[in-house]
Amino acid sequence: MLAKRIIPCLDVTDGRVVKGVNFLELRDAGDPVEIARRYDEQGADELTFLDITASSDNRGLILHIIEEVASQVFIPLTVGGGVRQVEDVRRLLNAGADKVSINTSAVVNPDLVAEAAGRYGSQCIVVAIDAKQVGLDSMGQPKWEVFTHGGRKETGLDAVEWARKMVGLGAGELLVTSMDRDGTKVGFNLELNKAISDAVDVPIIASGGVGNLQHLVDGVKLGGADAVLAATIFHYGEYTVKQAKEYMRDQGIEVRL
Amino acid sequence: MIDIAVVDYGMGNLRSVSKALEHVAPNKKVVVTSDPQHILDAKRVVFPGQGAMPDCMRELESLGLRNAIVKSAASKPFLGICIGLQLLFEHSEEGDANGLGILSGNVNRFAAEAMHDVEGNKLKVPHMGWNQLYQKQAHPIWKDIPDGERFYYVHSYYVKPDDATLVAGVTEYPVQFAGAIAYKNIFAVQFHPEKSQHAGLQLLSNFVRWDGKY
Repeated sequence: MLAKRIIPCLDVTDGRVVKGVNFLELRDAGDPVEIARRYDEQGADELTFLDITASSDNRGLILHIIEEVASQVFIPLTVGGGVRQVEDVRRLLNAGADKVSINTSAVVNPDLVAEAAGRYGSQCIVVAIDAKQVGLDSMGQPKWEVFTHGGRKETGLDAVEWARKMVGLGAGELLVTSMDRDGTKVGFNLELNKAISDAVDVPIIASGGVGNLQHLVDGVKLGGADAVLAATIFHYGEYTVKQAKEYMRDQGIEVRL
Repeated sequence: MIDIAVVDYGMGNLRSVSKALEHVAPNKKVVVTSDPQHILDAKRVVFPGQGAMPDCMRELESLGLRNAIVKSAASKPFLGICIGLQLLFEHSEEGDANGLGILSGNVNRFAAEAMHDVEGNKLKVPHMGWNQLYQKQAHPIWKDIPDGERFYYVHSYYVKPDDATLVAGVTEYPVQFAGAIAYKNIFAVQFHPEKSQHAGLQLLSNFVRWDGKY
């Protein structure tokens, strides 16, 4: 049986792993290569690196980090952040990434998703959707809007509609982050994840808000997630990936142990 | 002398494959190549691939690689990975494309109506993630790999060989499909050993030591 995946996420800036709250207040969590190796040993199913470098001067750093990780860690690596053109996708894949995550640029230029998926295959194109609740629709159901530029810019796009469109253009997987929850440790936005998971056929990675191991279980059981992504609970040693998997297994979820 | 040629036909990321091979065979010469002569000269060949099968066939033909691959698949230890497995067969539902036809059989898409688990939950396509491989026959490539071990898969299509005795291992999603195929000096897998941590590296290590017989 296919296992639900646990994916530690490493936000990288200036060559270091950092983590913030609601996309702000960054704090240092360590060396990315060392952290990647540790999660691999603990049984992580994949690793995601998000390059949140503000200045383009340090953009090349992520390529070196990916190269170094890829020569030592033999599980799928996803890299996102600052991917603007097909050439960026190529450079990341050549550095050792297996999948590339596209966020802001998918909104600015949706054809990038189609072009990159056409060239390298849907299996390596992840579209990241940062969504925030913006009220209720006429039926009293929550509505979520897509935000870009690290959560600073609203787009007017409905998150569920956007998810359908991105899959139609060739996204092979969606990384759904609730901005309201990111770094808050109160749990995933299950309604948002479920709405998007039900709307598309490709796998969904739930992200944003994990504070304990039950949140991971809820993401799968209630949020319809195929994979769960977390940063804070792993970076500061609260839980190991193995502990998370054992907990999920004990709750009846199929995991790779 | 090239020990291992990794066939490069411009489809997807081959760095992972060559890195993993270099890791398990640090003293062997691994070359990622689109030169037919390199492929013919190499002691063993790895045939990977990602993306859509019609595009893969077009690239293979335009690079003039068909003959080198067909000859290698008939003569020396040969490892197909993912699309590199599917291309060995005659025909794929994906874009109604013909494959190399080295093995008889077809490549089918996961049928939409079948994609739910026993509890009725929707199963996503592509089949993406770690799933179990159940060995159907003894083979040197399975050395030190436990039956039911998990490997990493990413695919929407799977092979259906005409000759069921070619199936070396099966995986369920929710139908049982061929996760691995063995035929003489050919071994081919639907999953990605280069991304399957210890089990995947063990498989690659077994391949680089395999004499092509079983």
